[in-house]
Amino acid sequence: MSGKPRLTYLNGRGRMEPIRWLLAAAGVEFEEVYLETKEQYDKLIKDGFLLFQQVPLVEIDGLKMVQTRAIMSYIAGKYNLYGKDLKERALIDMYVEGISDLMQMILMFPFSPPDAKEKNLESIKERATNRYFPVFEKVLKQHGQDFLVGNKFSWADVQLMEAILAVEEKVPDVLSGFPQLQVFKTKMSNMPTIKKFLQPGSPRKPPPDAHYVETVLKVFKK
Amino acid sequence: MSTKPKLYYFDGRGKMESIRWLLAASGVEFEEEFLETRDQYEKLLQGGSLLFQQVPMVEMDGMKMVQTRAILSYIAAKYNLYGKDLKERALIDMYVGGTDDLMGFILMFPFLSAEDKEKQRALIIQKATSRYFPVYEKVLKDHGQDFLVGNNFSWADVHLLEAILMVEEKKSDVLSGFPQLQAFKARISSIPAIKKFLEPGSQRKPVPDDKYVETVRRVLRMYYDVKAN
Repeated sequence: MSGKPRLTYLNGRGRMEPIRWLLAAAGVEFEEVYLETKEQYDKLIKDGFLLFQQVPLVEIDGLKMVQTRAIMSYIAGKYNLYGKDLKERALIDMYVEGISDLMQMILMFPFSPPDAKEKNLESIKERATNRYFPVFEKVLKQHGQDFLVGNKFSWADVQLMEAILAVEEKVPDVLSGFPQLQVFKTKMSNMPTIKKFLQPGSPRKPPPDAHYVETVLKVFKK
Repeated sequence: MSTKPKLYYFDGRGKMESIRWLLAASGVEFEEEFLETRDQYEKLLQGGSLLFQQVPMVEMDGMKMVQTRAILSYIAAKYNLYGKDLKERALIDMYVGGTDDLMGFILMFPFLSAEDKEKQRALIIQKATSRYFPVYEKVLKDHGQDFLVGNNFSWADVHLLEAILMVEEKKSDVLSGFPQLQAFKARISSIPAIKKFLEPGSQRKPVPDDKYVETVRRVLRMYYDVKAN
């Protein structure tokens, strides 16, 4: 049995992708089990693996962890990506939660009806450029440091990097008004663990396509 | 200048209620500023107090904290309600995640149309009795201890009690199949700080009514229809 964390989810981004990012950024190798059928999912539930009958599931350190935030907090805590004290942790939590709200919009996007897609895309662009990116642009400008919190690489940086790339896939020029974020993006891309994750063949998943949406609807069909 | 935490929100439950519960359970007195007008909200926005232009906002320890989960985690850690190590914290986070999801169904309830409210009530009861309550019932039964995690009072216990009471407001006998939870409810309710919070005159807010919904819609200019899950 390997000591590596084992991730159970669909073969796609969804709610597991930030976890893949964080493990990768921490330099932690992991295994993945992909849900492809409803039967697999039902069996997981029947066998008692899913505390609230939901994935993501991450088996790590003898725990069957569920709840995305709980999993990420654990990883961040374990691999020293959670700041040096309570106040730094508070900042990281605030930033991560904000970014997570933005990512939620992107998460839901593939599942919106065709006639709502344009409106939703516009909302993503609007929120990114008016609510979320300005905050991090300002944080970086004000302290002039490479990382968001405590002059040290943390969960917040990983989450922001993921969000920037995810929004850029939908709005390619979204960083045009954000010089600090452009520099930040370059710096993050050059960090060895992140650089590796951004290369082909890494566990990073591609943007959700029709097949992914179809699989989600099939596996979680009531 | 008072050093009490100051809460900025509407005069009602919403996303702030879990924070009120946790502060109260920690024995921490707090002040509140209630948003009643659009002007107040815009003033807060212009003053740069709301990092992502949203409430809840809690001023504490020199910070203007936003994002409910960040605020709750900070309070839990500060007042030793977050377990003794990383693994206990993981359990607490998982359990709180569950009760948070459950209370999420209730959070949107007041904003639904009358027809959707009926469907949502049924959904809340179904989720509570088939997905969430069985988990906590089993946790308590398996270890036989008074508290959910590490034989110590924690954030997870406060959050679960809050969730139980909220679901009971929708169906008063919802705990009838859950003897462990009934005992848990009685036990946690009798902890002095919580008992005090459950008494009239505390800062606990009542079930949201039309006036609350109207205030939120007016202050946030949130006039669109809220869809049920």
